[in-house]
Amino acid sequence: MKLRLTFTVNGEPAEALVDPDKTLLEVLREDLQLTGTKHGCELGECGACAVLVDGQPLLSCLVVSHECQGRSVVTVEGLTVDGRLHPLQECFADLGASQCGYCTPGILIAAKALLDREPHPTRDLIREALSGNLCRCTGYQQILDAVEAAIVRPGHASARDGRGGQS
Amino acid sequence: MRLPSYRYRAPKTVEDAASWLAESPGDTMLLAGGTDLIPNMKRRQQVPATVIGLRGIAALSRLDTREGTDIGAGVTLTTLVRDERIRSKYQGLWQSAAQIATPLLRNMGTIGGNICLDTRCTYYDQSFEWRQAINFCMKKDGETCWVATSSDRCLAVSSTDAAPALMALGATVRLVSALGTRDLALGGLYANDGMSYLTRRPDEILTTVHLPEPAGWRSTYWKLRRRGSFDFPVASVAAAARFDGDRIIEARIVLGAVASCPLDVPAAGTRLAGQVLTDDLIAAVADDAYALAKPMDNTDFELVWRKKTVRSLVASALRELRGDDMREARVRLARHPLLVVS
Amino acid sequence: MSRRVIGTPRRRVDGRAKVTGQTRFADDIILPRMAHCKLLRSTVPHAKIVHVDTSKAAAVDGVHLVLTGHSFPIAYGILPVSHDEHALCRDVVRFVGDPVAAVVARDEATAERAVRLIDVEYEVLRTISSPADSLAYPEPRIHDYGDFGNVHKAVALQFGDVDAAIAGADHVFDDVFFFEGNTHLPIEQHATVATKDPDGKLVVYSSTQTPHYLHRALAKALEMPAAHIRVVATPNGGGFGGKSDPFNHEVVVAHAAMRLDRPVKIALTREEVFYCHRGRHPVLMRFRTGVSKDGTITGLDLQTLLDGGAYGSYGVASTFYTGALQTVTYDIPTYRFRGCRTFTNKPPCGPKRGHGTPQSRFGQEVQLDKIAEKLDVDPAQLRLGIVQPPDSLTANFLRVGTIGLADCIKKVVDRSGWRDKFRKLPSGRGVGLACSSYLSGAGLPINWNDLPHSGVQLKLDRSGGVTVFCGATEIGQGSDDVLVAIVAEVLGIEPFDVRAVTGDTDLTPVDLGSYSSRVTLMMGNAAIQAAERARELIAAAVSARLDIPKDRLVFADRRVFDSADPDRGTSFREAVCMAEAKFGTLGTTGSYTPPRSPAKFKGGGVGPSPTYSYTACVVEVDVDLETGWITVPRVWIAHDIGCALNPVLVRGQVEGGVYMGLGEALMEEQVFRRLPPKLSHALVHKFPSMLEYKSPTFLDMPEVFTDLIEHPDPAGPFGAKEVGQGPLLPVMPAVANAVYDAVGVRVDSIPVTPEKILRALAAKAAGKSARSGPASFPDVPWPETLLVTPPWAGGDGRAANDPKRPSHRKVDAGIEAKAAGMDKGTGA
Repeated sequence: MKLRLTFTVNGEPAEALVDPDKTLLEVLREDLQLTGTKHGCELGECGACAVLVDGQPLLSCLVVSHECQGRSVVTVEGLTVDGRLHPLQECFADLGASQCGYCTPGILIAAKALLDREPHPTRDLIREALSGNLCRCTGYQQILDAVEAAIVRPGHASARDGRGGQS
Repeated sequence: MRLPSYRYRAPKTVEDAASWLAESPGDTMLLAGGTDLIPNMKRRQQVPATVIGLRGIAALSRLDTREGTDIGAGVTLTTLVRDERIRSKYQGLWQSAAQIATPLLRNMGTIGGNICLDTRCTYYDQSFEWRQAINFCMKKDGETCWVATSSDRCLAVSSTDAAPALMALGATVRLVSALGTRDLALGGLYANDGMSYLTRRPDEILTTVHLPEPAGWRSTYWKLRRRGSFDFPVASVAAAARFDGDRIIEARIVLGAVASCPLDVPAAGTRLAGQVLTDDLIAAVADDAYALAKPMDNTDFELVWRKKTVRSLVASALRELRGDDMREARVRLARHPLLVVS
Repeated sequence: MSRRVIGTPRRRVDGRAKVTGQTRFADDIILPRMAHCKLLRSTVPHAKIVHVDTSKAAAVDGVHLVLTGHSFPIAYGILPVSHDEHALCRDVVRFVGDPVAAVVARDEATAERAVRLIDVEYEVLRTISSPADSLAYPEPRIHDYGDFGNVHKAVALQFGDVDAAIAGADHVFDDVFFFEGNTHLPIEQHATVATKDPDGKLVVYSSTQTPHYLHRALAKALEMPAAHIRVVATPNGGGFGGKSDPFNHEVVVAHAAMRLDRPVKIALTREEVFYCHRGRHPVLMRFRTGVSKDGTITGLDLQTLLDGGAYGSYGVASTFYTGALQTVTYDIPTYRFRGCRTFTNKPPCGPKRGHGTPQSRFGQEVQLDKIAEKLDVDPAQLRLGIVQPPDSLTANFLRVGTIGLADCIKKVVDRSGWRDKFRKLPSGRGVGLACSSYLSGAGLPINWNDLPHSGVQLKLDRSGGVTVFCGATEIGQGSDDVLVAIVAEVLGIEPFDVRAVTGDTDLTPVDLGSYSSRVTLMMGNAAIQAAERARELIAAAVSARLDIPKDRLVFADRRVFDSADPDRGTSFREAVCMAEAKFGTLGTTGSYTPPRSPAKFKGGGVGPSPTYSYTACVVEVDVDLETGWITVPRVWIAHDIGCALNPVLVRGQVEGGVYMGLGEALMEEQVFRRLPPKLSHALVHKFPSMLEYKSPTFLDMPEVFTDLIEHPDPAGPFGAKEVGQGPLLPVMPAVANAVYDAVGVRVDSIPVTPEKILRALAAKAAGKSARSGPASFPDVPWPETLLVTPPWAGGDGRAANDPKRPSHRKVDAGIEAKAAGMDKGTGA
């Protein structure tokens, strides 16, 4: 028996008839074809599948579909608003924070959650906030640089209004 | 890696949860944050027919600090870590919670989940197929404990960070079932057996953790793991002491990840009571703890080394309680200054 | 004319796609009617397959197809000398994780359920768990090919009279080192989608670094004409060498898609990625080095023993690589190298970042630290005294071009404050230095031929748009960006004006793949040639139309204009139209073939490169004397890049290399559990998971101070050399050397762990050798040593005792190349 899942995805109502054993990650990728969210382990050990659920970054590979009913999910696809990139996206692209790009969506989500909570984090705080996301390419430095750059990039202020942000 | 099929039920009250659990406690499991159960289900270590999701029970998410502190079992680790009262009153608990897993996992994982965390073992925390390749182990589907093949009990490791810290602070827990409610000291919840590591009956739900008012108490938690995040402890020490000036009135030291349950070090309490923390005393207590620790070869790092580090961890914890500036040492060990966004 | 694109820090051309989640990785491809595949993998390390019963799986509702080894009679493999893999095992399984059967079903859950219903009956064979086992037990053989018993390959080469040189040296250093295996751990698990196109041909989308080699392997394994197979390399979510072999799952879904006439996808689990492996070989090595009082090296006698795992993979090349690059870094006038790779019942090892060279680089750089200590010379000074001279030919006939190593050493010494720190920091803190070199592309292809290694096509049309086609594969390193930047630079347009089509065997000319740090140099040179040819056509047309002498025309700012009168000119778009009008449809090509190597001896095919990069690194460590706990607060690194085409990406490669190097140095291990043999035959990966395979997190990574040394190399595009692999290499030995500086003990094995440090400290306290590391190197039955006279002693690059040595000098190029051992493969 399928599960009828009604929730909000990237600010829009979404409805899907899904295999009830699926995780949120599988629903997003397979049923909604939002493949921007990645999987690196499917066991909560890498951070690649992070999405915002009700504003909190969670690992979608560990969220069962039943528990998404009525909730609000934001994926990397939802960071871009009206065709404009979130300042984090701009800075990640400009400063080499994304090499292969596979961990990038999860890191962007974690970084956005950080900036939404704490608009002016120190480098140590950024490190800590992103320490649930593994990257094998960059050595992390350019990611830290990019988040720091996004702190001061115009548009960040309105990115905090919870709409997934961009002025 | 797909989840096995299961029936999902979402009660709104503890009473409903307890009565549904009582229907078939042997093959029903409770789901809170999911960070322990879901990977275990994917790997077929745990294959409950029914999963009772607790996140809809508002009562389990309460954090009440009016009289002592009552922490609902469903309070997330992030909530604890961001709570200023927890941070200031129960530093050891705060330090332990801040070092559990990763920020993302702490957003999901709950205090109840960490207390009930399944014991871990590198022969057990593996996929079905991997375990098939060793003909399984005692804890699931097999006969032998491969950690020590002559062992007649499972040697999986207690890997909870919060429990040692809570035990040192004198926590009690409440268990609710369809038959009634019982409170017990947190230490009483555990047994030194990798399979039956909890004394909780299968029909019971852990609902609340109670902490007494910490007047006069100082507490700390030192965790050893390979990396600055993600990793479970391979050895840890929670220490709490009630001081009168420089003199300790009473103290508790609890070791984590060196047995199948958190290990209280009773000799430490005896030795510390009424004393001032001198270097010699600290060394003696460190030896007490060292003697008790029984790490096995089923986690990261070599067991002999893990046992040796217990001395150093205990010494660091006691020095911190004494008031030594341990910040640099902590940053080196934890690989970060335990910062969190408040 | 100053450059507008090259050398300027820029957003990479695929940056926007990556940060918006629009980069389409293989598992992101979803096609109508797509079915899903799961593999059944062996649960025994070594066994004959007696029977496979697939009936229960086939009966599951939703299962389309169940496959076993019977469907895959043809063996394949990356190197021509070791085609030892079948898509599904036919008679024997060789490690836990070796694929035995496959299920294709309507969805992944069904496939996963069904695959567990397959029953396999095994007849267990002896478990060969280590090189010691391989040498001790020639039977049962894991493969029925290879040099002997369970030895896959044993090689011995000598360049000059090394025994006399060592005997005559003032000092002889004799050290044994061990480097544990580790794996790539790309965050993207391997995935493949195969489909039959409407014309009936096969299309395979895969996370592969080497679409060209996959193309060849599929043609062979499936007995199909290569022309009827299209391989598209999707952008890789990290590769690091781990996606350079043709893999079982790729062949299986290709077969299934053709059989079912519908798309079939497979996405591996993380555990399965550990079984694909092809990562760093565990290597035991012995360095005997003769050193003069002045610190110069008189001779090196190196032995290496590699744990190859269950299949050949790139192993023959890996073996040679453990001995190839020592001479490229330092002046070593006499040299003997003996290497042996054994088969064991573990996932196959292969090429990981640095391919075969990091292990012996570790040994050499730690031994140099010991030499400096003994001679009472600063390790930086010692190295500066022995840096291989530029534009030289080494004892083993490797032609070296520019060498920025001395500059790199000086840079990190200055930046790190080395002189104030080395042997001067308080106990528990220390600094260590190490150097390295690496290929900018293997000089020889894997399958010997005289074809170009990289081809580029350019299409220009009246829109002014330029499309560049190349088989190169984007694995995160930025190859698309290099390709586009070079074309834009040459044609004076913006990178945004250029569209790149890459890694598609139908649409793009062959590039051999993203391995051996070859892409920037080889694709880059081919791209320059194609773009210059296009510029030539455009210039001819503009010159004729506007009456401006061709040699005065400048291509810049999306214009073509007169350098003498910049206002005279036309837009790039108009210029293209002029050329199209004059010459017809515009298209140009470029190709690149590396220069021929003077090394003609068997085995000389591994090591040659158009040019080599160099790196020097200083690592600072902090070691707790009580526990051995080690932290790395800072790393300084300088890399000889020749020319940084896009400094943002170059820095990223350097820092990423340092990151991966620190992981290897401190915590990463691909290790196995052998259960007690009396009770079990089991040999399993100890922890095939992201949690227990320790990859450093944000919190484990120190600040890295990066410097680039830019002396353009004539062999490279705009002077560029490689950067993807070299910067990893010095990190591991620098850590070990820093530990010695901090606490006075030698950890002669990688990783450098607190346990090993504490053991060495305990040994030191007990008055024993202050060292943790392997005790000895075993007796290996080495083959007859090939004797090659060094160039300065009149050598011709051939072995005096090569059985294939041509008897007369006039041989045709093909035979000559084969005699040189090129058929033995190279790569990555």
